Amino acid sequence: MAKIKCALIGSGNIGTDLIYKIQRSEFLDPVWMVGIDRESEGLKRAAEMGLKTTAEGIDGLLPHIENDGVQIAFDATSAYVHAENSRKLNELGVLVIDLTPAAIGPLCVPPINLKEHAGNTMNVNMISCAGQATIPIVSAVASIQSVDYAEIIASLASKSIGPGTRANLDEFTYTTSNAICKVGGARRGKALAIINPADPPMIMRNTIYCLTDDEPDQRKITESILSMVGEVQKYVPGYKLVNGPVFDGRKVAVFMEVAGLGDYLPTYAGNLDIMTASACRTAEMIAQEMIAGRVELKAEVVA
Amino acid sequence: MSIINREGRQIIIQDMCLRDGMHAKREQISVEEMRTIASAIDSAGVPMLQVGHGAGLGGNSLQHGFALHSNEEYWDAVSEVIDKTVMSTLLIPGLGTMDELRTAYKHGVRSVHVATHCTEADTSPQHIACARKLNMDVSGFLMMAHLNSPEGLAEQGKLMESYGAQTIYITDSAGHMLPSDVIERVKKLRQVLGDDTEIGFHGHNNMGMSIANSIAAVEAGATRIDGSVGGLGAGAGNTPVEAFVAVCERMGMGTGCDLFKLMDMAEDIIFPMMEHIVRVDRSSLVMGYAGVYSTFLLHANRIGNKYGIPPRDILVELGRNKMIGGQEDMIEDTALTMIKERSLEVAV
Repeated sequence: MAKIKCALIGSGNIGTDLIYKIQRSEFLDPVWMVGIDRESEGLKRAAEMGLKTTAEGIDGLLPHIENDGVQIAFDATSAYVHAENSRKLNELGVLVIDLTPAAIGPLCVPPINLKEHAGNTMNVNMISCAGQATIPIVSAVASIQSVDYAEIIASLASKSIGPGTRANLDEFTYTTSNAICKVGGARRGKALAIINPADPPMIMRNTIYCLTDDEPDQRKITESILSMVGEVQKYVPGYKLVNGPVFDGRKVAVFMEVAGLGDYLPTYAGNLDIMTASACRTAEMIAQEMIAGRVELKAEVVA
Repeated sequence: MSIINREGRQIIIQDMCLRDGMHAKREQISVEEMRTIASAIDSAGVPMLQVGHGAGLGGNSLQHGFALHSNEEYWDAVSEVIDKTVMSTLLIPGLGTMDELRTAYKHGVRSVHVATHCTEADTSPQHIACARKLNMDVSGFLMMAHLNSPEGLAEQGKLMESYGAQTIYITDSAGHMLPSDVIERVKKLRQVLGDDTEIGFHGHNNMGMSIANSIAAVEAGATRIDGSVGGLGAGAGNTPVEAFVAVCERMGMGTGCDLFKLMDMAEDIIFPMMEHIVRVDRSSLVMGYAGVYSTFLLHANRIGNKYGIPPRDILVELGRNKMIGGQEDMIEDTALTMIKERSLEVAV
């Protein structure tokens, strides 16, 4: 079966991990890796794994899009350059999966709203690793009863956080907080990130607090959370409920862990995995639609 | 730095009652109490005063507790009563944001501690640069400093200096350090930092070492010392300012503070408002000994009571699992996991 050809923009941790995920896909084929530093570990590894590479940034890729039949691009650069990358790619009819906190397209968490977006947009945003790990739980509670406020705390191993994320923590905070409301369904949202340097590195942990408007229905909420955990496990096998839900008045507390598959970084970097796995799943869903001929990407005329 | 009055001061003291002290009061200090304390601080000649939620900007949360009032309300109240004292606040990237920093400036905040864990300085460049752009007095605040080597800490301080920090703080968040640890770190920092960059020390008294550590810091070259009148702060509290000033006077070092006014303030204002006696006790001592973040104290006591586990056991376990500041959610998680493990042991 023909696979949809993909380009990866950004050769950092996320871009490099994506190569592994996409190479395993039934529907996607990674053909290009775009970086800006010829000596970067990510570009070298991409070349070893059989991808074409350029260190000339996005402009090094554009002339090859048509000949190489690239239809989907994953952007794992930074919020500051994403809009420009996306515009250039969309003009050539390439759909962009955005793994930066730029969030110019609709926000997507696969088990919650992927179906709404497949085929309806040329740019999909994956929010953040913490967003992918926690918003399913917020949504699981909000689907039972209204949530006034949701707060998430993501603890990440220092070794799993690249320089881009470190230098732009505010964007992470804003984008994730916003998505807790828009996608998770809480009225107010707040996201906190902690970077822990413990050695050996700690596995990604996430705590989700929801304040429901009325007394929480403990049985229904617990069932809903367990079912959602199962949904996420379909594409992130290391997604695990460690403790909870704990009910305390109107507060529901859920303590999660995300172990990665150990593709590019070791298993502690569940944050990397859940981000790349979510992006990959999103692209696969769109690719399936394309292969079935239900979706045809058109070059966007951007004013 | 023009905003701080250095006349007669070899050491610039920054009081923490209204920020670190918020931890010891479960974030429940009233605007009235803030006014009373700020006014006494100003009148005692303390040059700097930190104000805000215990966790700083963005601190109001289920994770860190909701304060009685917003940071803006606190800053406005304090601004009204201070004359010479400079108001500062705390920003931990990942929790607080630059938007909140700009708001703080609008409400009279003129100095900021931009805080990261002692190995993660590179999460602070945006925030330090933003504070400098606002023309604030900016400190890079390296928390849990005992968890990095003197050389490693010096590298982190150098990074913060490169982003624009004018002072680099060694922050003994766990109250775990000994004077020799402090001296080594100050000296290494002094070797790598520019001549104009100051060094600060922020102590906690969990092992009863806060004054000795602060004096060691000063003797090794630090010029900024954080403390709080009456020691109102997380864990066994911060370096008690009145005692520190008395020691400085005996050593002939100028702080510009009025010792008797500080004593009166501790006795008449701070001690009566304490909900628990902030002192070296079993829980705070074990934090210092095990190297656990001081703010975990009251959370661990609460969770320990809820689940019937000795808080000390939880704190030791948190230390073993290398939890750092900001991971307060892991206190309940750790307790729940301990219960599961203990019930398994019983079942076997």
